[in-house]
Amino acid sequence: MNESNTSYMGLNSGLFPKSEKVQGEKTAVSQAKPGLLSRRKIFQRFMFFLFRLSAAINGIALLIIIYFLVVRGWRAINWTFLTQPPMDSMTKGGIFPCIVGTLCLSLGAILVALPIGVASAIYLNEYAKPGRILRIIRLGINNLAGVPSIVFGLFGLAFFVVWLQFGVSILSGALTLGAMTLPVIIGASEEALRGVPDTYREASLGLGATRWQTIYKVVLPTALPGILTGAILGISRAAGETAPIMFTAAVFFTPAMPSSIFDEIMALPYHIYVLATAGTEIEATRHLQYGTALVLIVLVLGLNLIAIIYRAHLRRKMH
Amino acid sequence: MDDLIKMTAKDLDFYYGDFHALIDISLDFYENQVTALIGPSGCGKSTLLRCLNRMNDLIPNIRVEGNIILDGHDIYDPNVDVVALRRRVGMVFQKPNPFPKTVFENVAYGLRVNGINDKAFISERVEKTLRQAALWEEVKDRLHDSALGLSGGQQQRLCIARAMAVEPEILLMDEPCSALDPIATQKIEELIHQLKKTYTIIIVTHNMQQAARVSDITGFFYLGKLIETDKAETIFTRPKFTQTSDYITGRFG
Repeated sequence: MNESNTSYMGLNSGLFPKSEKVQGEKTAVSQAKPGLLSRRKIFQRFMFFLFRLSAAINGIALLIIIYFLVVRGWRAINWTFLTQPPMDSMTKGGIFPCIVGTLCLSLGAILVALPIGVASAIYLNEYAKPGRILRIIRLGINNLAGVPSIVFGLFGLAFFVVWLQFGVSILSGALTLGAMTLPVIIGASEEALRGVPDTYREASLGLGATRWQTIYKVVLPTALPGILTGAILGISRAAGETAPIMFTAAVFFTPAMPSSIFDEIMALPYHIYVLATAGTEIEATRHLQYGTALVLIVLVLGLNLIAIIYRAHLRRKMH
Repeated sequence: MDDLIKMTAKDLDFYYGDFHALIDISLDFYENQVTALIGPSGCGKSTLLRCLNRMNDLIPNIRVEGNIILDGHDIYDPNVDVVALRRRVGMVFQKPNPFPKTVFENVAYGLRVNGINDKAFISERVEKTLRQAALWEEVKDRLHDSALGLSGGQQQRLCIARAMAVEPEILLMDEPCSALDPIATQKIEELIHQLKKTYTIIIVTHNMQQAARVSDITGFFYLGKLIETDKAETIFTRPKFTQTSDYITGRFG
């Protein structure tokens, strides 16, 4: 070892003697320890298997959840269940008001969060000059993403319901869910905007477009599929949340359909929570709970599917 | 040279932060002529090009000293409308960068952002510029397909057409052929010969033969300085400085 070091350092050692040395060492290694290579290969195979397994667990978990819900819940699902309000102290009847409520809340949350989120991402990625203010804003967004959903619920209760006097309503719930969805949408939108090549911006500015025209006509359309991904994630999260809506929008039971955004509503996740923990006949309504959960999952996956198809359509149109 | 001077850089210094990228550059660009800027990587030729339409404004921490005069007016004057300036001084980039829009919309883009909405006028101009860019025959049946489906050479000619559609007075080209094969390169060079009848062209290139073929005036840059500038035939046959002759004969670069 010492000897080879000196020869590397030596001025006249050159490339040839060095590579000869290395080759010699290699042969020596494979002759001395014939099992080493295969042991390394086995280790590699083992590690790759672990990675593959970890990836597979994600898919398997989803499949198990869906399988579980379908097996336990499909019997509850029929026309009455999907189109009627709950009856007989919620032990019979359907969940139609909950479906409507969840759709209203999800749509409302996206209407609140998408414009604000995309606008914030445009500011952060296209206009903002690096510095203290930008760092503080980023810190805020990151921390917003870490706030527990029940805290959003309490914030919504204190701010929208009580202070702004929106009451327990679709509006309060959508605003609360929207605030919770913001970081997801900002993150996805920023990533999508960063993915737009700078040469597009330069080409547009070089043609005498203003910065706003460049953003509106080139950057945003190019980033749209990525931004939609953010919206998909946001809507999925909003549709399934219970804590943020339990004080701000959802009620135990209301047979009436909402007629304005100031009405209180029923919602699927809260309905499951109520049936499973606070109902009069928890065991008797088990199949209704699973049925409701199945509807919720199908609704979320359906929303995702629509957005994914639309995104694919946009990408095809572009390329 | 008693041709009309279209644009002039006068005692121009340019800094990226502390880095002095252009040192005391003075150079005239003549109307309806092709000026080529050559020199090794990092010599400042692209920086100078991007000063001419103030594309460098987008980079933080830059500083410009001296003047760039376009038709008698300093383009770095605080009252200058940069957006209007860039409409007059068009640019073609190193890599073909058509927007992910249709062929037609790419060419129409500059017109639309400049407030032109007349459909008949736009389609007429699109056809005219695509013909000028020698691309019309190849794309006339796929005007409403995505521009990203064109070949690299076609994309670059589309970018030239896109730049020409707003009828700029000057066309800046930043190594427009560096991403293209020899046949596509030849087509672009033929195009440059045609275009100089209408436009003043300033081209940055790494390709010595290209500079010799397309340019009337050639400027050689080294380490941020303009070493020498002259008629292309003079630069390539009887350069005054050894640095220039070393570079064009391939002794360094």
